[in-house]
Amino acid sequence: MAELSAGHTSSETTIAWWRDERKRAIIWQAMVVAALVAVFAFIVVNMISNLQRLGVPLGFDFLDSPAGFAISFSTIPINLESHIGRLIIVGIINTLLASAISIVLSTVLGFIIGVMRLSRNFLISRLAAVYIEVVRNIPVLVQLLFWYVAIVKLFPSVRQSINLGDIMFLSNRGIYMPRPVPQDDFGVVMIALLGGIGIAAWLKRWAARRQMETGQLFPAISVGIAIIVLLPVVASLVFGNPVAWEVPELKGFNFQGGLVMQPELTTLVIGLSVCTAAYIAEIVRGGIVAISHGQSEAAHALGLKSSWTLRLVIIPQALRVIVPPLTSQYLNIAKNTTLAGAVGYPDLFSIIGTSLNQTGRAVENIAILMAFFLTLSLLISLVMNWYNKRIALVER
Amino acid sequence: MTDQTLSTPPVSDDRRPDLPPPITVAGPIAWVRANLFSSPLNIALTLLSAFLIYVIVPPVLTWGIFNATWTFPPEVVTGERAPKFSDCAPGGACWIFVGARLGQFIYGFYPEPERWRVILSFVMAMVGIYGLLGAPVRFRKASGIFFFIIFPIVSFWLLRGGLGLLPVPTEQWGGFMLTLVISIVGIVLSLPIGIVLALGRRSNLPVIHLLCVIFIEFVRGVPLITVLFMANILLPLFLPPGMQVNVLLRVLVGITAFAAAYMAEVIRGGLQAIPKGQYEGAMAMGLSYWQMMRLIILPQALTVAIPGIVNTFIGFFMDTTLVSMVGLFDFLNMVKAGYKDANWVGAEITGYAFCAVVYWVICFSMSRYSMYLERKLHTGHKKR
Repeated sequence: MAELSAGHTSSETTIAWWRDERKRAIIWQAMVVAALVAVFAFIVVNMISNLQRLGVPLGFDFLDSPAGFAISFSTIPINLESHIGRLIIVGIINTLLASAISIVLSTVLGFIIGVMRLSRNFLISRLAAVYIEVVRNIPVLVQLLFWYVAIVKLFPSVRQSINLGDIMFLSNRGIYMPRPVPQDDFGVVMIALLGGIGIAAWLKRWAARRQMETGQLFPAISVGIAIIVLLPVVASLVFGNPVAWEVPELKGFNFQGGLVMQPELTTLVIGLSVCTAAYIAEIVRGGIVAISHGQSEAAHALGLKSSWTLRLVIIPQALRVIVPPLTSQYLNIAKNTTLAGAVGYPDLFSIIGTSLNQTGRAVENIAILMAFFLTLSLLISLVMNWYNKRIALVER
Repeated sequence: MTDQTLSTPPVSDDRRPDLPPPITVAGPIAWVRANLFSSPLNIALTLLSAFLIYVIVPPVLTWGIFNATWTFPPEVVTGERAPKFSDCAPGGACWIFVGARLGQFIYGFYPEPERWRVILSFVMAMVGIYGLLGAPVRFRKASGIFFFIIFPIVSFWLLRGGLGLLPVPTEQWGGFMLTLVISIVGIVLSLPIGIVLALGRRSNLPVIHLLCVIFIEFVRGVPLITVLFMANILLPLFLPPGMQVNVLLRVLVGITAFAAAYMAEVIRGGLQAIPKGQYEGAMAMGLSYWQMMRLIILPQALTVAIPGIVNTFIGFFMDTTLVSMVGLFDFLNMVKAGYKDANWVGAEITGYAFCAVVYWVICFSMSRYSMYLERKLHTGHKKR
């Protein structure tokens, strides 16, 4: 009995508690948390005492006070009495507007240049390579400042503005474009357009079902596009032109009417698009190169014609490679709009900066700024994860 | 007759020299045909790009070289008056602006007799970087100690002064030197912090994993300028009233946090590229976690990650231009300050062009170097 229990204790190796991995893990983490809590407490105590010393209260009540500063560009009506909260909303809209335009432009430009880079034409692929290497190795801030000087200083004045077919005018006051003005029958044509889209969607499903059942093909896409285009055209022929274009006209010292894209916004959009297009071009090139040649050969061997090979085999696979880094570039565009301050465009960051100087509420203003960008990042990465799951390879 | 023909066939036994391939198959003409004019679409593209080149290249060359002003006017050379923008020919770059301001572009307001200290620090940095990346592996440990421990201390003393050297306050630092200081401090500090963050993110301890993820994703989710803004404005609020931190230090804190988060992701990529067998082998040898990381995993993971680290550094180097937006006089801001001088109003484009050329040369050579390293270090450990 005594022997047995002795044997029992010796087989159960006793570990000192500081060598036990599980206990050590807990102790380590507890220490880290304690240190972190201590640092946070230190920061908060200091912050509160500093704010009290400076006489700055804490809280978001300042958003309801009149701002007293003007903003050079706004899509919603504002005046000097507008509340700071409203101006911050203007800033958010401006940031999103600049990002949206830049995203569209840079995607188009980036895809064109990426495909150019892969062209078998020596000159075209060299040109694209030079563009990519030049743009990617110059800081985006330098590029923006350069475009700003180029557009504000080197573009002609309003009177000598560059005339593009009497409808668009480029000058150092910005780009003037015709503005669409909806007419009475706008609604009818819109209904026709929506109806066309509905019919096309139904047609596509019907064609797919018929192909599954009978194997017969129906050109659903081209017929669908024809319906989407034709229905509104017919509707506008019957009911009259739905949209009148208000063309800008030179009157006195400036253009009247039309849509204007101000030089600051133009600079920002051109600068960001030109810069990001180079990165997107590399992503597109990488995506296309990543699809092995065997894929297109196999598709041809199955008898698919080349437009089908592209649509059914190459593009879906290339997109799987292209889309994730593409979204991170979109996020980069949104983040780089904060450089707008350098070219005088009132984005969220510069409005927050002015508001901070006016009210002295550093903590709250920066919290708003951070919250906006974190929300944006989170939204984009959620969409991204959903998309990645949807297109992920289903493997055995 | 027939016999004769059979015995001496009308074919010579001497081998004739090979004919050159027809010019439609090889040689410059064939190349041009295959690469530029193979189809109507191709011809159109060639003409389009020729037009683009014609539109872009001659004006740029005319502006930057042929019409540019390269030399000071004689009165300036003899020292009668200071150079100014109107000395430059219109329609061309005003390179004498760069010539007149070069000292400030490079050293900022650093006192002239003390500039050797900047050069010495720069040489030390170059030696350290060469030791880490280019020199034989047996020097790598020594180089690491030199670059990450000795060099920061010595160069801080050299640049800042004190202990026998004339003190130079950081307000006088500027120009390209400040850009380099910020970039090098960023890389020296962000690499170790990035390693710790990357290890933390892959840690099994839930609290540490969560903290690292929060830090990395928070910093990567916001723009650099907001991080700088936060460091510049909130940091003084977070410290006790007596502790005053100067602007440069605040900016360095912000930019290091930013670089560390990006570095952590690159290093995490390197860690993920190491096969699981390496971890298991190390653990089977009875190594502790830190021994395993230090001796087995990190040396391999960092080697795999070097090209990524260099690429991140290039991006980071370009991002340092943003410190001009919080009031530091880095290279870009020094150039801007240059053309705001009454003598040089109008020299913006020249200034930006110079800036762009300098950044381009540095970043392009770094990216080529990183591609070279990638080929050199490709030892087959990569997945796929």
